[in-house]
Amino acid sequence: MASPDADKGELIRVEDVSFNYGGLPVLKDISFTISAGDFLAILGPNGSGKTTLLRVILGLARPEKGRVFILGKPAETFAGRELIGYVPQKATHFDPLFPASVREVVAMTLRSGRGRESRKAEEAEIRRALDIVGMTGVMDRRIGRLSGGQQQRVFIARAIVRKPRILFLDEPTAGVDAETQDRFYDLLGSLHAEEKITIVLVTHDIGIINKHVTKVACLNQRLVYHGTHDHFCSSGALRELLDGGRHLVSHRH
Amino acid sequence: MSAFFAYAFLQRALAAGLCLAAACAVLGVFLLLRKDAMIGHGLSHVAFAGIAFGLLVGRWPIAVALAVSVGAALGIMKLREAAGIHGDTAIAVVSSLGLAVGVILASVSGRFNASLLGYLFGDILAIEPAEVIFSAALAAGVLAVTVIFYRRLMFMTFDRDAAQAAGVPVRRLDALITILTALTIVLGMKIVGILLVSALLVIPAAAGLRSASRFRGAVLGAGLIAGLSIILGLASAYILDWPASGTIVIAAFLMFGITFVFRKK
Repeated sequence: MASPDADKGELIRVEDVSFNYGGLPVLKDISFTISAGDFLAILGPNGSGKTTLLRVILGLARPEKGRVFILGKPAETFAGRELIGYVPQKATHFDPLFPASVREVVAMTLRSGRGRESRKAEEAEIRRALDIVGMTGVMDRRIGRLSGGQQQRVFIARAIVRKPRILFLDEPTAGVDAETQDRFYDLLGSLHAEEKITIVLVTHDIGIINKHVTKVACLNQRLVYHGTHDHFCSSGALRELLDGGRHLVSHRH
Repeated sequence: MSAFFAYAFLQRALAAGLCLAAACAVLGVFLLLRKDAMIGHGLSHVAFAGIAFGLLVGRWPIAVALAVSVGAALGIMKLREAAGIHGDTAIAVVSSLGLAVGVILASVSGRFNASLLGYLFGDILAIEPAEVIFSAALAAGVLAVTVIFYRRLMFMTFDRDAAQAAGVPVRRLDALITILTALTIVLGMKIVGILLVSALLVIPAAAGLRSASRFRGAVLGAGLIAGLSIILGLASAYILDWPASGTIVIAAFLMFGITFVFRKK
């Protein structure tokens, strides 16, 4: 079964999704779409279901009700996984002694090629991805030796090495200082503008919406707002969210 | 020393031991990085119950141990996923049950004799030619799986969620690694015994991980240390007239100690 609007530049369609955990509702009747070219920020306080929603979209969790379509195909049977890049919330929480170089981490998503030509092509892809995130200088360094901000850049390189059409990031700047966060969001802005990658960013940092974001979805078990960034700022929804959302962070850029 | 290689039973012991070492080293690196170091210990207890049952009914103790271990390994996986139990807790529950059942069966059968003791402490010097072939097939299987799925295994070991989102079949690969681990445990039982087989899964891999800063280096280092442990252990056991299984594990431990001299970059 294909999504009816799959041919209108629509990448993701979330239809009436509900999810429970241990009998408690986490997501209730969520419906929205993500189109090619969006830079969508999914905002919400802690426990609002942001990460769960992302996991449902990516097929890592199965909803009790509703469906998700990726490029018109049901998420559970979607085969074009190379079109999706993902940086999980706890990406930097790996074992720091894990014996992998930056090059090996970026290559993880690639299929091993045989022969000199294929290895050369693979090396070029890895270099290109690391160049975009500004990390070619540390290719042979062990991943555990890098700072949190550098590791996040490497994980983005890993997520974009297969040239995805859409990149999902879950709280990518958690635990990173404000200056590094600014540089990080600028990197996402350039991926969106120059590499034409659709970006979906889960965050509780309201400051992000002032910079590169084109669309905003506010979540608190239910979808309480979904629209353009400009409308979000002018509609009073931002003030309402700031007043009511005690667990949200207002990070100034 | 040349006499060491002149005996057919020692040649078989060396060949089977080296094959087991290769399988243990490769699997061990993945298991340790997944914080599954104790799964070998747990499955060896379950295999003990299988051996005891086989001896009780008087048929195919190895085959029964194999079936029970594979079943238990998959059971541990299910316990973690479905019941939300931590990995070490699931292993402890299943291995305690295995040991309890094994003790009862051994007692009921009245056959807690030399056969069972042979499985508890291993008998590498009594390896049959067929067991050498089985060892070689197992090692070839483990190495083939590692080569074919190398990146996907490394990816899911490093970041399971990202690997799954990227299309890596993490559950199927989990099952594959778990089944290969169970097979390795049962083979290792005959060589170093139920009580020491988990040492071969853990110690060389821990040494390899300590001394390498690249994944490939850790796997190769673990293989080298496991192989040297078998060679040095067998040679020392022959010269000193010590039990081979214990001497192999001591050799592995000494090499693990040596890795503390070196530091990762």
